[in-house]
Amino acid sequence: MKLNVHTLSDLNAEGKKVDIVFWVGCSGSFDDRAKKITRAFVKILNQIKINFAVLGTEETCTGDPAKRAGNEFLFQMQALQNIGNLDKYGVKKIVTTCPHCFNTLKNEYPELGGNYKVFHHTQYLKDLIDQGLLTLSGKKYKGKKITFHDPCYLGRANKVYEAPRELIKKLSGDLVEMKSCKSKALCCGAGGAQMFKDAEKGNKEINIERTEQALEVKPEIIAAACPFCNTMMSDGIKNKEVDRKIKIYDVAELIANAKDP
Amino acid sequence: MAYLPNLLFLSLLIVSLYIFFRNLKKIKRNIGLGRYVNRNNNSNARLKNMLRVAFGQSKMGSRPVAAILHFIVYVGFILINIELLEIILDGILGRHRIFAPFLGVIYDYLISIFEILAFLVLIAVFFFWTRRNVVRLKRFFSPETIGWPTLDANNIIYFEVVLMFLFLFMNATDMLLQDANVDSYVKTGIFPISQFLKPLFIDLSIDNLIFFERVFWWLHITGILIFLNYLYYSKHLHILLAFPNTYYANLESNGKFDVDSSIKDEVQLILNPGKEINVETTPPDKFGATDIFDLNWIQLMNAYSCTECGRCSNVCPANLTGKKLSPRAIMMKTRDRLEEVSKNLDKNNGNFINDNKQLLNDYISPEELWACTSCNACVEECPIEINPLSIIMDMRKYLTLEKSAAPAELNLMMNNIENNGAPWPFSNQDRLEWVEE
Repeated sequence: MKLNVHTLSDLNAEGKKVDIVFWVGCSGSFDDRAKKITRAFVKILNQIKINFAVLGTEETCTGDPAKRAGNEFLFQMQALQNIGNLDKYGVKKIVTTCPHCFNTLKNEYPELGGNYKVFHHTQYLKDLIDQGLLTLSGKKYKGKKITFHDPCYLGRANKVYEAPRELIKKLSGDLVEMKSCKSKALCCGAGGAQMFKDAEKGNKEINIERTEQALEVKPEIIAAACPFCNTMMSDGIKNKEVDRKIKIYDVAELIANAKDP
Repeated sequence: MAYLPNLLFLSLLIVSLYIFFRNLKKIKRNIGLGRYVNRNNNSNARLKNMLRVAFGQSKMGSRPVAAILHFIVYVGFILINIELLEIILDGILGRHRIFAPFLGVIYDYLISIFEILAFLVLIAVFFFWTRRNVVRLKRFFSPETIGWPTLDANNIIYFEVVLMFLFLFMNATDMLLQDANVDSYVKTGIFPISQFLKPLFIDLSIDNLIFFERVFWWLHITGILIFLNYLYYSKHLHILLAFPNTYYANLESNGKFDVDSSIKDEVQLILNPGKEINVETTPPDKFGATDIFDLNWIQLMNAYSCTECGRCSNVCPANLTGKKLSPRAIMMKTRDRLEEVSKNLDKNNGNFINDNKQLLNDYISPEELWACTSCNACVEECPIEINPLSIIMDMRKYLTLEKSAAPAELNLMMNNIENNGAPWPFSNQDRLEWVEE
């Protein structure tokens, strides 16, 4: 399917304004699995003709992994560059499919002068439904057992627990909760820059522990809302050799795929 | 001679309070060794937070059994201390049950409530002891709890048992003396718990009864004063510090990590080498933390407030999967180092003499620090809102910025961000490739 995507610089040159900027994130731009989430989210935006734009080549890492790895300098270099680009176009509203970008843009940019209204895509999609702009149809997930893995930077860090769950319920999915969920959810193991390094010596990988917790509730689908969690949980089900039976989908993918014939 | 007991009591009280307040002052001094951060804003929200979390114990509820037991001991502690007021006045004035004549029946009710609480405390403490020593709950047994921490935990339990029994014994012998119409033993009603302890002392002569009643009275108040001064050395300090600790807790999103705005100007200079920028801020002498002096006072207060309950480590993904990191150990080691510095200061007239030691490496290893996923589970779990994560991040900042000692893979990741704006080696020109796939 052909996606309709414009960059801020193109639209700006034509003198056009947008309602919201989609912050794609590095994972969403470069990681093969995460790119599918990006496309799924844009597919939804296109279907209901949301007037949005991306930064394209003007987007660069928010600095989250650098900051969590202790490099405050690099974080601020990234932040100030990004704030410069966002402010150049007078950006007010941002939506992103990555909870790490979401958290950094929302909580750590204001102190450096970047003030935006920032949404995680699950919040934004829920708002669109509440406003009647997006309707969910299709019976694809009706009664399917879906468990939701809370991303730390969406949940505990920003107290967003309900938006993704409400979307799953709106899809008529049978939402089953893991023993540790919401504020008690176990990390997938990728946060704090762990995504980019091997784990310290221990007796287990964190993503395996979390995958086992998910498997306990016997889901057909493990829903995620973060590209890093998605990678970790995908590795987890492969390790457990259940990747034929169980699928990992981002909530945006569930919605985008729901309408397929 | 008649005033000897009064004088003895007064001296005991004054000496105990003197030592107690001297230690409190020491705690204040030690917390003050940390960097200043302003947490005086938003006092209404802070007060509410303290009332909810510390006074109302709102975060204990996640473990209902422990929450109920803890609540009993907590309420018992607060209410039985009302009785302490009378005991102190009695001690100073050489009277007995000074409030009884004024309060009449209400006095009987009050003491009855205290006795029932004392009994409930004994039951609760029995369960606490069992959890530690019979059931041996896993979270009480970690490398960091070996030795003093475990002894300390049991000491607190034994203190409470002894104090409660002394209180009940005191009332039991008192009641027998009332029954015998001994002068100066004011008539009260029958106490609900200690009445059952009367048989233990029923065969004693009046003189011996008076002797035992006095011994229990003295041991009880002396025990309380010793316990008061034990706090400084114990995890039990949380009964005091939980309140300021929650008052000054972080009220912002857990996801917002400290942004060091002192380097903003310098970063601007690097980004825009040609442009003139007024540099108003001075960057710090040192990035991040190696020792308690580099941490802020909130983090140091956190260390003193920690009850070592281990809930943080019990939910830590790194700890759960066998890594060396334990958020509880981070707090305990910070307190240990702070105490070491404190002793150094005491010995050297308030000047710190370099001891060639620091929190980093001598107490906390890089291996622990790099195992953290920054998931905030420890922060979320702490019943009194301690933040081990902020200490971990401050120490990482030192390792990365001052020592370039981040793990090699992270250096690679950071190089990628510097060179092509993403943590992976992809060209920024390819950022829109996903559109065409």
